[in-house]
Amino acid sequence: MSEFRELYQEVILDHNRNPRNFGVLEDANRFADGTNPLCGDKVKITLRVEDGKIAAVRFDGMGCAISTASASVMTETLLGKSEEDAQKLFESFHDLITHGSAGEVDKSLGKLKVFGGVSEYPTRIKCAILCWHTMKAALDGSQEPVTTE
Amino acid sequence: MHIQTAKAASNGADSWDLSRYAADFPILAQQVRGKPLVYLDNAATTQKPAAVIRTVSEFYEQHNSNVHRGVHLLSQRATQLYEDSREKVRAFLNAASTKEIVFTRGTTEAINLVASAWGRETLKPGDEVLISWMEHHSNIVPWQMVCQQTGATLKVIPINDAGELDLKAFESLLSTRTKMLAITAVSNALGTVNPLPTLIEKAHGVGALVLVDGAQLIPHAAVDVQALDCDFLAFSSHKLYGPTGVGVLYGKEAGLHAMAPYQGGGDMIRTVSFERTTYAALPNKFEAGTPNIAGAIGLGAAIDYVSGIGMNAIAQHEAAILEYGTAQLLAVPGLRMIGTAKRKAGVLSFVLEGVHPHDIGTIVDMHGVAIRTGHHCAQPVMDRFRIPATARASLALYSSRADIDALVRALSKVKEVFG
Ligand SMILES: Cc1ncc(COP(=O)(O)O)c(C=O)c1O
Repeated sequence: MSEFRELYQEVILDHNRNPRNFGVLEDANRFADGTNPLCGDKVKITLRVEDGKIAAVRFDGMGCAISTASASVMTETLLGKSEEDAQKLFESFHDLITHGSAGEVDKSLGKLKVFGGVSEYPTRIKCAILCWHTMKAALDGSQEPVTTE
Repeated sequence: MHIQTAKAASNGADSWDLSRYAADFPILAQQVRGKPLVYLDNAATTQKPAAVIRTVSEFYEQHNSNVHRGVHLLSQRATQLYEDSREKVRAFLNAASTKEIVFTRGTTEAINLVASAWGRETLKPGDEVLISWMEHHSNIVPWQMVCQQTGATLKVIPINDAGELDLKAFESLLSTRTKMLAITAVSNALGTVNPLPTLIEKAHGVGALVLVDGAQLIPHAAVDVQALDCDFLAFSSHKLYGPTGVGVLYGKEAGLHAMAPYQGGGDMIRTVSFERTTYAALPNKFEAGTPNIAGAIGLGAAIDYVSGIGMNAIAQHEAAILEYGTAQLLAVPGLRMIGTAKRKAGVLSFVLEGVHPHDIGTIVDMHGVAIRTGHHCAQPVMDRFRIPATARASLALYSSRADIDALVRALSKVKEVFG
């Protein structure tokens, strides 16, 4: 069991079972769709940004436990954050899942740190990062469909 | 309890059981992640026996040279070995002549060759190309492209819930407008074996040509292209225990003869001047440029290897493992088999309730079991079954009941994690 506990942390399993902020935000003013063509995962991110702060955020779609939990924890973390903080978190999260939690980890990541184990599984990094790329595209107002390619 | 009995059985020597041949495959002896490797991703690519590896390295150590070009001894030897390999492929498929055996990069290139060289010249608006719902992307996209270029229409034979072709629909889709039936012999995503003789006869009845995607057929059954009467058949060396980067297009001589060249370059010409080029005879007309010489020779060694065991023995062995695997997997709680055709070969595709196939793949990998997860380059099949992906275990001649047992044990760990 222990070897994949690293990856499938309790928090991840819990968010996979009971995703937070799941669905589509009706009064969203930012949104984007993302796909991972390799595995067919799809995610839709809808946000409402008010006075530069994320007032509401939701994710919709279907994917593996890693992608579902990543999107769920992401939405929890982003709530109430400024757009600037969200962009910074994106960078820190990207570092975490590509380099692991051995190095310096941005403290503001909080619960997101449970995804540190993903760095050991190169084929799964895309699962964890897809929702973040999609969120970033939504904030940037990008019209391009997001893919992990 | 179930598994225990099965394990005991797998130690007994059954006359059909070929799994002892695993010892011929050096890569299979290793441990991965601290566990013995259980390789069940053979539909993606098979492992290579020592005889194939030796042949390829001997070629580079002793005979390497370009083919069809030099008068020197090494070039003669390389040419001889390359052409010997073509003869081995001919005999293996029981083609009428080596002129009908074109070496390509693989199945994908073989299909593209026909779609381009035949399709672009022949198809016109109003013509139809018929494929099926269970095709690999490599037997969909080349036809889509050539239909776009020529104004022809692509038609698709639907499949039923078991993953079998809808033969009634097939017949109603067939007409004199149908110019090509391009169909897989065995589905890589579902394992379905299609009734080729009927399909070919009916298609010929309306004057259509038939291309068989043999990527998942050739490794699993003895094939006689003359008896089958297909016009084209494509397969890949790497799924038949041979090297990557090489494959075969079989085509009836008259058909190949009538086709324009595919690519231009060296080796495919007879004479070149800036005004006019005349093309080489078959099969060189379709082999522009330096081919994958070592790969083709390695494929010859792979054919020698499987022929030594016997394709019928391989088919029988894999059928027994498939039957065992099907029963063992169906006993896993929450498991649903995707692809339950009456006739299947080599493939166990499944989903587990509440667990995404990717997570299954990662967790069984932690136990040394290599399976494939994803859409298997057959997205229309996934859409048909309304699933994003499946987990797929696929068999080879070295697969054993113990491999299936290891997979089932690993799947129970998936259950532990996901509760
Ligand atoms: C049914 C089928 N057709 C075509 C292909 C493509 O083969 P290759 O990638 O070797 O060209 C595959 C292999 O993935 C296959 O399973």
